[in-house]
Amino acid sequence: MVGQDKTMGNDVILKVEHLSMRFGGLLAINDLSFDVRRGEITALIGPNGAGKTTVFNCVTGFYRPTMGMLTMTQRDGSQFRLERLNDFRINRQAKVARTFQNIRLFTGLTVLENLLVAQHNMLMRASGYTVLGLLGFPAYRQASAEAIEKAKYWLDKAALTDRADDPAGDLSYGAQRRLEIARAMCTGPELLCLDEPAAGLNPRESLELNTLLRAIRAETGTSLLLIEHDMSVVMEISDHVVVLEYGTKISDGTPDEVKNDPKVIAAYLGVEDDEVEEVLDEIIHATEEAGA
Amino acid sequence: MAMQSANSAPPSGEGLLGRALREAFFAGLISFGMLVLYVGLRTDQDINNKLILTQRWGFLAIFVVVAMVGRFLMIAVVGPWRAAGKAAKAARTAGAEAAPPGLIRRNLHIVGFGALVLFPPVVLMLFGLQGSLKFVDNFGIQILIYVMLAWGLNIVVGLAGLLDLGYVAFYAVGAYSYALLSSNFGLSFWVLLPLAGILSAFWGVILGFPVLRLRGDYLAIVTLAFGEIIRLVLVNWTAVTKGTFGISGIAKASVFGIWSFDVSASNNFAKAFDLPMSSVYYKIFLFYVILALCAVTAYVSMRLRAMPIGRAWEALREDEIACRSLGINTVTTKLTAFAIGAMFGGFAGAFFGARQGFVSPESFVFLESAVILAIVVLGGMGSMFGIAVAAAAMIGGTELLREMSFLKAVFGDAFTPELYRMLIFGLAMVVVMVLKPRGFVGTRQPSAFLHERKAISGSFTKEGHG
Repeated sequence: MVGQDKTMGNDVILKVEHLSMRFGGLLAINDLSFDVRRGEITALIGPNGAGKTTVFNCVTGFYRPTMGMLTMTQRDGSQFRLERLNDFRINRQAKVARTFQNIRLFTGLTVLENLLVAQHNMLMRASGYTVLGLLGFPAYRQASAEAIEKAKYWLDKAALTDRADDPAGDLSYGAQRRLEIARAMCTGPELLCLDEPAAGLNPRESLELNTLLRAIRAETGTSLLLIEHDMSVVMEISDHVVVLEYGTKISDGTPDEVKNDPKVIAAYLGVEDDEVEEVLDEIIHATEEAGA
Repeated sequence: MAMQSANSAPPSGEGLLGRALREAFFAGLISFGMLVLYVGLRTDQDINNKLILTQRWGFLAIFVVVAMVGRFLMIAVVGPWRAAGKAAKAARTAGAEAAPPGLIRRNLHIVGFGALVLFPPVVLMLFGLQGSLKFVDNFGIQILIYVMLAWGLNIVVGLAGLLDLGYVAFYAVGAYSYALLSSNFGLSFWVLLPLAGILSAFWGVILGFPVLRLRGDYLAIVTLAFGEIIRLVLVNWTAVTKGTFGISGIAKASVFGIWSFDVSASNNFAKAFDLPMSSVYYKIFLFYVILALCAVTAYVSMRLRAMPIGRAWEALREDEIACRSLGINTVTTKLTAFAIGAMFGGFAGAFFGARQGFVSPESFVFLESAVILAIVVLGGMGSMFGIAVAAAAMIGGTELLREMSFLKAVFGDAFTPELYRMLIFGLAMVVVMVLKPRGFVGTRQPSAFLHERKAISGSFTKEGHG
């Protein structure tokens, strides 16, 4: 058991090395390196404007990083360099799925259809790229039934089964968040990136979200990388926390380690100008102590 | 403002009448104030070039009375009637179980198709050989061509949400493919029909490539330019297309080569069946051909909607970025939408060539694209049934307005109703769009369901941004 944990711990699914992203004169991410380990929930936190969403957009192919290497290792050992894949191939080949900070559902399609669109590539192959499906070959009908079964499974996990035939735009905010996660899971990812999944949720919806995220990790073994502002969510569910400030990593460790890191406290609470030296001294002391 | 208060006030008898009289009085006062100078007084020049003032109190009184009576009726009659209608509707929706749709309503497409199959024989019986020509050709075939074009464009605009203002280009490619290949190589209609579709689809992809990165207004402008380029090539490439003269004497379609409709041919249809010679047989044959083509278009469109590619089109209309994050190749998805939409345009074009026997660039002007797009929008983007109804209303309506000579009896002999055709038509469109902003059928039918199929209100679906 311990041995297995150790191998799990050493197994890195996403390795971010020396990632930099420059927009004109603005250096949004500066030489960022961290690992996401398989089967864990890794949280990326930091004050507003720290570059968290930029990291996400680099990982999920919406931005092409200025520098750096993003290596995704799948369960079967195949490796993908995410900075070289363009948009839709990140999901199709590297099996990285994502959600968005401002929910992006297909509002005019039903909840079920949203989950079926997510299985597009599987269904496309099964329908012989539409041609065989149009002629009514049984392989497509079977694949289509399987797709609905998979959708049902995730509807059940996201507690949306009763709303399956309603338009996605008609759902409450919390339900839309859960549907977006369910939709991302229907693509069968190995790494799921969630951009502020708890933003705008009330405490009850937050709890439902935690349950869903834990279920995803426990039942599918999918690794999660999430950006979150809600510390209760971060501290409760994440195994590993990476803290960013001004595009630079300032802390990296378990939630408890990060919580007590003076640099993190300084970044979050902010310090007056004349206190800066004091805080810096503290930090130096702390690091010296740690070194000793 | 007054309008709103009229609707919200309870329609009680005495108070309503009093209020209606009062508002009618104010309406009269306002219209008098507004019109007294414009209508009541008129300046003319007399023989000495002097201005003389004519007073027209009687004429002004007519205006004022019309305004007063209109206002009175609006409040006393229309207001309560609308309120009652609303209450009835609310009561209906509040009712526990809505009545299940009737047998006819559920099988509307089968009933509609059956009615169209029976249309030529019924018209033939009612109006005789020559009399039925107008109904089968001007109404039947003309409307069905536009139904097919609009269903083809619906794939691009209604489903994939790519605003295409140059759709008529593919119609032109189909028509000229048939005209040129049939007159130069003598190929038959049934060989050229699929070929025209393939060529149009090819041009659809050619158009698709440069516009892949464009959205919304920019996409619309580039597609518009594409439509004009095709037309200008047809006008100026005189060596091949004979320019503005067009190509005439295009071969007629035959019944799969068994019977011909050429008068001189030995296997002429009328001769073979010992029928009196008439051009109506060819038109009826064409009617069934276009009906079959429409049926194929409808079948393919409906099947595609339930296939992954159709869902991807609709997803693309809703949110392109989300599509990319789900691993959908938006490039091929857009190109297939353009290609398949263009293919149906090409079929319709080849049919058009065979029906007219003559094609010229004049048939493929921007107005045609606009009319086809208007049919799609008026019908309700994405709805096959709504679009068919809209095509019948728009094309049938404009044809019907040609037959308004009875209006001469009302407005005198100097009145030419043909001149007002487009005015009436435009007005009717404005009225429809005010009353039904999402088109005749504003709801969307989901392509798959778990428990029950519920129509999706138009307020959730997006129009697409290219």
